[in-house]
Amino acid sequence: MSRLPVTKTPKPYVGGAFIRSESGRTYPLADAAGAFFAHVPQCTRKDLRNAVEAAAKAGPGWAKRTAYNRGQILYRLAEMLEARGDEMTGTLVRFGAARAAAAREVAASVDRLVYYAGWADKYEQVLGNVNPVASPHFNFTVTEPMGIVGVIAPDAPALLGLVSLVAPVIVSGNTVVALASEATPYPAVLLGEMLATSDLPGGVVNLLTGFRRELVPTFATHAHLRALSAAVGPEDAKTLRLGAADSIKRVRIVDATKPADWLSARAESVYAVRDFLEFKTTWHPIGA
Amino acid sequence: MLAKSPSAALRRLFDAVGPVDAVGIEERVAKYGTRSIKKHAKLWGLKTAVSMVDLTTLEGKDTPGKVASLCRKALQPHDAGLDVPRVAAVCVYPAMVRHARRALGTGTGVKIASVATAFPSGQAPLKTRLAEVRAAVADGADEIDMVINRGAFLAGEFATVQDEIAAVVEACGPAALKVILEVSELETYDNIRAASFLAMQVIRPGDFIKTSTGKTSLNATLGNNQVMIDAIRDHYLATGVAVGMKPAGGIRTAKQALTFLVAVKETLGDAWLTNMRYRFGASSLLNDLLRQLAKEKSGAYQAPYYFSEAAESY
Repeated sequence: MSRLPVTKTPKPYVGGAFIRSESGRTYPLADAAGAFFAHVPQCTRKDLRNAVEAAAKAGPGWAKRTAYNRGQILYRLAEMLEARGDEMTGTLVRFGAARAAAAREVAASVDRLVYYAGWADKYEQVLGNVNPVASPHFNFTVTEPMGIVGVIAPDAPALLGLVSLVAPVIVSGNTVVALASEATPYPAVLLGEMLATSDLPGGVVNLLTGFRRELVPTFATHAHLRALSAAVGPEDAKTLRLGAADSIKRVRIVDATKPADWLSARAESVYAVRDFLEFKTTWHPIGA
Repeated sequence: MLAKSPSAALRRLFDAVGPVDAVGIEERVAKYGTRSIKKHAKLWGLKTAVSMVDLTTLEGKDTPGKVASLCRKALQPHDAGLDVPRVAAVCVYPAMVRHARRALGTGTGVKIASVATAFPSGQAPLKTRLAEVRAAVADGADEIDMVINRGAFLAGEFATVQDEIAAVVEACGPAALKVILEVSELETYDNIRAASFLAMQVIRPGDFIKTSTGKTSLNATLGNNQVMIDAIRDHYLATGVAVGMKPAGGIRTAKQALTFLVAVKETLGDAWLTNMRYRFGASSLLNDLLRQLAKEKSGAYQAPYYFSEAAESY
């Protein structure tokens, strides 16, 4: 007897829940062979606004976690991705990657999460400082998370690009609203399911699917986003920088038109963590 | 012979005012959120909502300084440029009325509302409650928010409830009265409707009925609001007396406020879309209204810390 096929509805992960777009819109997604795969939610600027609200709610609690605990949770996310690695590899293959390349991308994504998990309780020692001053004071420079950071993932590699941009942002206590690859959004949907089971509090990472041309202007101007980390072309980069100037947010752009080696060790660095930190310097009198 | 048990008294009251179709109410209010309000209508709605806010601080830790800054915010909710009206009133405890009066001055159009009658429980002797009302009015309150005697209501002593409201009306003198039903303690929509009528039968035109104190778990909902504005409409059609309405507690977002205004427009009509007849009892609502107004003006979503609350880094 033949079974009826049970197909999955792809849903973005926002505020710890799997949502549909508030607009009800979807767009059809085909796999590499051109066969229909699923209808993917076409998120709107209102979905982006709602995601920012969710991130704002989750932020203070996430930032108050100990660095050690944030590292544990990032590592736990790596465990989840490792455990469902075959499923993720199969997905990447279905959307056009060669099997060996897909397996490399998934492995690199797991390793990247572990890499930043390791930095969680160490970056402060590298980036913070006790400054020399000419008076009987301690002068400390310590880091603080910025708040909500907008991430725009590159079209490819759909998984590794997203992971590489999100991990260094959340490790320090920021929260993220991310736009998945427009060409290949499904790996991000799958990653959302892993985020949901990784002990990461709901709302710390919010993943949207949809069209860049609709969402980039809102990423640029939304005043509650404190920084942007985007892998985009020059046109989108300009829109982002102009909007960011109005609301005084920090922008970190990876030029998506240039070939980038996301797999290499050069694609991971503590400076990616530093780019989304505020530095606070305080004076404290030296006690008798 | 008329039975004197509470249930018999309740039955007689319900016979007089009619029951509430609870399922119908829920269905109806669920539709209010679906109205599409954009651009000019939204701008108008947001500004109207600002003008209806009773900016409230009712905490044990209120100080004269906090009340004074609340009053400054009431007079100028945001920088010039945004073209925002003043709020309807500030709402404070009786002990803070004179501080509010000093901070507001007179002739600003912003009224001072004071909760009184042993707010929020109302569990004090009537004599004490009336004295509190008179003291608040003497200190300069323009409006009094009283709580009804829920214990008496639930015990079926409706005459007691109504007589006490009438006594407070008298004690108010020139001040307007808002009668808080505390809907969450009345349990059912039928009770809310009945209590609305008990109050409306003795208050004056221009007085209000109000949902809640904001001190219990469940506060103003669209359903409660609908039952009460339906009662106001029925009372108006029967007697010609126009009573105002004030939902309070739990209304935090501009979107919620607009939905409440939709309910008012579609039930009572434009005559109630003024702060003489409709108010929002709220503290955090004003900031969200301003945030949405700023968004309408600039086109960009605003961060909550641009407004005078939420100082956290997020």
